[in-house]
Amino acid sequence: MIDGKDKSSIIQMFHVHKYYGSKKALVDISLNVFKNDFLFISGPSGAGKSTLLRLLYLGEPVSEGQVLVDGMNLSRISRKRIPFLRRKFGIIFQDYKLISTKTVFDNVALVLEALGKKRKVIEKKVRKVLRTVGIEQRINAFPPSLSGGEQQRVAVARAVVGLPKIILADEPTGSLDSNSADIILNLLKGFHSHGGTVIVATHDKELIRKAGGQILYLKQGRLFVPTPI
Amino acid sequence: MATYYHRAVQDIKDKGFLSAVTIITIALSVLIVSVFALFFTNANNAMNYWEKGVRIIAYLKPGISQKNFPDIKRKIQGIYGVQDVNFISKKEALKRLKEQMKRQSSILMNLNENPLPDAFEIRMIASSQRGEKVEEIAIKIESLPSIEDVEYGQKWLERFTNIFYLFRLTGYAMGCIFFMAAVFIVANTVRLVIHTRREEIEIMRLVGASEKFIRGPFYIESIIHGILGGITGVAALFITFKLISSNIKPDFKYELLNIKFLSPEFYCGIILCSMFVGWLGCYISLKQFLKA
Ligand SMILES: Nc1ncnc2c1ncn2[C@@H]1O[C@H](COP(=O)(O)OP(=O)(O)OP(=O)(O)O)[C@@H](O)[C@H]1O
Ligand SMILES: [Mg+2]
Repeated sequence: MIDGKDKSSIIQMFHVHKYYGSKKALVDISLNVFKNDFLFISGPSGAGKSTLLRLLYLGEPVSEGQVLVDGMNLSRISRKRIPFLRRKFGIIFQDYKLISTKTVFDNVALVLEALGKKRKVIEKKVRKVLRTVGIEQRINAFPPSLSGGEQQRVAVARAVVGLPKIILADEPTGSLDSNSADIILNLLKGFHSHGGTVIVATHDKELIRKAGGQILYLKQGRLFVPTPI
Repeated sequence: MATYYHRAVQDIKDKGFLSAVTIITIALSVLIVSVFALFFTNANNAMNYWEKGVRIIAYLKPGISQKNFPDIKRKIQGIYGVQDVNFISKKEALKRLKEQMKRQSSILMNLNENPLPDAFEIRMIASSQRGEKVEEIAIKIESLPSIEDVEYGQKWLERFTNIFYLFRLTGYAMGCIFFMAAVFIVANTVRLVIHTRREEIEIMRLVGASEKFIRGPFYIESIIHGILGGITGVAALFITFKLISSNIKPDFKYELLNIKFLSPEFYCGIILCSMFVGWLGCYISLKQFLKA
């Protein structure tokens, strides 16, 4: 993102503002993310990290400014095309957003079903990804019976199973011990090494240090020029 | 499509009670509406049957000589709309009466004089078998000098027709009301399911599921509810009909009201209609409660 001369952009924000009523959650954000970046967005609680991610997948509309994602202008996109935008992302939500009435398998399979994949293919892929995140033995469990760390792994599995272009991870290690956090980090790195773009919102300094990616700081909705840690 | 179906069926199983209530409501609506329909088709058949049997009886003045009968018959025959004319002698009339009264014929036994007049029985051609045409012909016959009186079933038939139309109107109104009730129940079921699934639907959207993917199972589920409700309703109707018709005495059944069950097209229509009810209820609910 700093020395991206021959790299192409995958996400661009131009003077983006986001208000919740009269509350300014994001102020005049401009940024450029290139393909295969591994980017951290850090900052204190309430700085607007989750909000920024939400604008990318149209979880919320921007109040002002423009956002481009992989050639799509989000302010012009029709309602019908929103699912196509969202399929570009694998999202690990801060609160996981697992469906509590569906098994671990079905939660992960949902992404592939929505893509119209065949039952057999789904079965194989879901098992494989659950093995990778190390939660295969809980495949028929329901999310409420899982620990926070286990739920987070399911969320990661769901984010990667559809082979998205970009992973958005909102506090992916929030409720994990450092061992489990390492597993998740390695998964994200693996995804990155296969050419994927990763954006992680976190205030976990340890994670940032271990991963060694680029960092952006948010404070009270404003983006700060990266400064070395 | 297969996964939509799979999901819908799974859902019907999960929401057993709700599904059962929906299906039973549709079935009851179908039952009530088709009982009306059954009544009308049969009443209609009976009406046609009776209309075909419309005749005019012209009674001759007493004391008219037998020589004049062919002449009178020819005159009646000459009236436009008359198909055939049959002479019924007073003797013949008495015999018929005795036959009809069978057991009570002893009352007629000790008559020493036949009180019945000679008469002509007149049948009309098809195009003259309705309403005022019959009346017209009857008036012409009555105006013949040797005819004392005419009798025809028109007044009675007309009254019956009016009642029949009133019933039919009520039937249509009931049909509409039950149709709306069924649609409402389906819509309400869908609304409840949407409500309990709010979170799930939201998550599906976030992971990139299309609206078609999200809505498909709702439609399939509602249409299945509709079909099952329709089939249950028609089955219940069939059973009720069998029970009733086996309890009706055969001669009454065959002679007065030739009761028929509804045609296969009618069942298919009913089931298609309940399918449509399912679809429509779902459509309304999704439109109202599942805004993107
Ligand atoms: N839906 C909403 N309605 C109103 N205000 C909101 C909404 N979502 C977020 N906010 C506000 O916007 C600001 C930024 O919130 P956001 O969740 O983006 O912060 P964050 O950086 O992700 O914090 P954390 O590290 O605690 O997750 C906060 O002040 C929050 O109260
Ligand atoms: Mg947050």
